[in-house]
Amino acid sequence: MDGHEHSAHPAHLAHHFSEPAQQAESAKMGMWLFLLTEVLLFGGLFVAYTVFPAWNPDMFFNAHKHLNVYLGTLNTFVLISSSVTMALAIRSIQLDRRDVSIRYLVVTLLLAAAFLVVKYFEYSHKIHLGQLPGKFYTFTGIEGTNPHVFFSVYFAMTGLHGVHVLAGMSVIGWVLMRTRRGELSSEYYTPMEMTGLYWHLVDMIWIFLFPLLYLIG
Amino acid sequence: MHMSQQNKTNTPHVLPLQVYLGTAAALFVLTVVTVMVSFVDLGGWNIVVALAVASVKAAAVGLIFMHLWFDRKVFLVIFLAGIVFLTIFIGLTMLDTMRRGDIYQISADPIHKNAAMYDTTAVTTDTIPAAADSTHSAANEK
Repeated sequence: MDGHEHSAHPAHLAHHFSEPAQQAESAKMGMWLFLLTEVLLFGGLFVAYTVFPAWNPDMFFNAHKHLNVYLGTLNTFVLISSSVTMALAIRSIQLDRRDVSIRYLVVTLLLAAAFLVVKYFEYSHKIHLGQLPGKFYTFTGIEGTNPHVFFSVYFAMTGLHGVHVLAGMSVIGWVLMRTRRGELSSEYYTPMEMTGLYWHLVDMIWIFLFPLLYLIG
Repeated sequence: MHMSQQNKTNTPHVLPLQVYLGTAAALFVLTVVTVMVSFVDLGGWNIVVALAVASVKAAAVGLIFMHLWFDRKVFLVIFLAGIVFLTIFIGLTMLDTMRRGDIYQISADPIHKNAAMYDTTAVTTDTIPAAADSTHSAANEK
């Protein structure tokens, strides 16, 4: 019925690909096209970020002083570290060191969780002070026109990024389970490689959000 | 394509550990540098320097961690296409929003509420909540 013996090809090779290398390259191209749409998804918010500070530069400068640079820096270190451990998890599976790879994935997950915990403290502090978007803004200590716009931009950008961190954590968890089950090896580690690409993009976006929101001047 | 199809299996391209650790060290150092620079008042140049450092960091993540430097260049082209379109998006929006009034005089006018949604007289009071009704008519009378 199949027209061929399944033992004739590796279990991970889908029938519409001639060989594993072609399958891996195709997956990677699909992933990069997806990442392109992610860049454009965040792009709309980056446009908002460019327009509003251009309209009210003084307000943006005054409002950004109310973000905690130290927590932002801490989170930058945490997220870059998680990118490093993700890259090392892939390197380890490339070398068939499965246990090491699993350990790196666990550390990546813990660092991602740490990022969200820091974000939680930052958010709850702002909610407490009423530094909130749009009509929810009740804070009074910022000079300038429409300071609520800064927090609209802040919460939209870090919120969408936070959702991506959560999504990344679920995918890393799934890859972790597949690695534990022994489904990934140096022969086939595409799921982990694609997860890595996604996670690095999340890191890359934070690398821009951090200076734009915390380090204006 | 030719290179990867020479061998039937997907042989991984493994980078030395030092490359990852060196990239990590560079990213940490650049983070410290950009935070320190932010405490120095450079006026409008603060954000320029911060974005320049961020671009170098993002390039390191893309080229090394995401293997763009070593993979087929079509992936790099896809990624750069995204950056190009984002630049057009931001550039054209700014050309509009920052250059209004350059050619002819414009000033803010009150909104002409001719649309049906502003016409509260056409709506009976039992189909519209009292609070919404009062705000609409208040806005209309201004």
